[in-house]
Amino acid sequence: MAKRSAPEVNAGSMADIAFLLLIFFLVTTTIEKDSGINRKLPPMEEIDPPIIKQKNIFTVLLNGKDQLLVEDELMDITNLRDEAVKFLDNNGDGSCSYCFGKKDPKSSDNPEKAIISLKNERETTYAAYISVQNELVAAYNILRNRRALELGSSKGFRGMDFVQMQINYKDARFNGDKEKLKSLIDQIKLEFPQKLSEVQ
Amino acid sequence: MSKFKKKKSEGLPAISTASLPDIVFMLLFFFMVATVMRENSLKIQNSLPVANQVEKLDKKNPVSYIYMGKPSSGYEKFGTEARIQLNDQFASINEISSFISSERSALREELIPFLTVALKVDRKANMGIVGDVKQELRKVNALKINYTTGIGDVETNMN
Repeated sequence: MAKRSAPEVNAGSMADIAFLLLIFFLVTTTIEKDSGINRKLPPMEEIDPPIIKQKNIFTVLLNGKDQLLVEDELMDITNLRDEAVKFLDNNGDGSCSYCFGKKDPKSSDNPEKAIISLKNERETTYAAYISVQNELVAAYNILRNRRALELGSSKGFRGMDFVQMQINYKDARFNGDKEKLKSLIDQIKLEFPQKLSEVQ
Repeated sequence: MSKFKKKKSEGLPAISTASLPDIVFMLLFFFMVATVMRENSLKIQNSLPVANQVEKLDKKNPVSYIYMGKPSSGYEKFGTEARIQLNDQFASINEISSFISSERSALREELIPFLTVALKVDRKANMGIVGDVKQELRKVNALKINYTTGIGDVETNMN
């Protein structure tokens, strides 16, 4: 019997099939946004608020017309970050050895005591609120980054700022001492605690 | 009669489409890898604000999504003010607590304290509704929240 070769399968419609699949995936999927600002809400139970000196509070008020009032002065959002850094870094009582602030007695005592109080109204737009949150987080990140660069070189994490440290800590492919990195992150978080209170 | 007679050209030669499936498959694989299945179909406008101090939402921990925004076209009967959407439908503010408890009941017990609530809020929504939702979340002790944002310069938020 003569040997017959298998007939070739026509692949002409392959493109159509692939297009069909492609269009299915285009329609049913989205490119998800999975980044954002993490926050922790305060628990519900009422505790007596501790007495805080007025100079340790940095008040940020965002009104219904998205205008920004910082320490009773009208301010543009572009200046908020620098003002917050100045306030947190002030070191009024001189107990903070890693601060470079002006030691203004009218501003905060040290980063541990400094509290940023954010108040918004019901009519404030969400975009403005997020912008302010972003600037305040940025202020903390500036200080923490500075501290991380100071401390990192002696602990073997040279040239790595705080944000990068956190990314590396979460990254499974990072091949460094994670325990040491974790303790360094915790130390910096303690030195510049994020005390951001929201007024209801 | 010469042997080297020029062939008569019959217009343009056809372009080979043999590699078309390869190209389409390449696109297909890109979309399969880079995207995720749509979780909910949105009935509200949801253009997120941008920020640049963002952290990645940890997908190892369970995440629940709460959407807020103005009803999109076709749903105008629900008003022009920002509304809450849970799963696939509009919800009122007091449905948040039952939503969170149903999300929790679907989880393994050890993961419950790690439940993060991602708030996907339209940039034009006002803070009143967001504040109400936050208050509800505090009542049911779902304290880890994430304001989901795009990545960009905050200056562009205002316009």
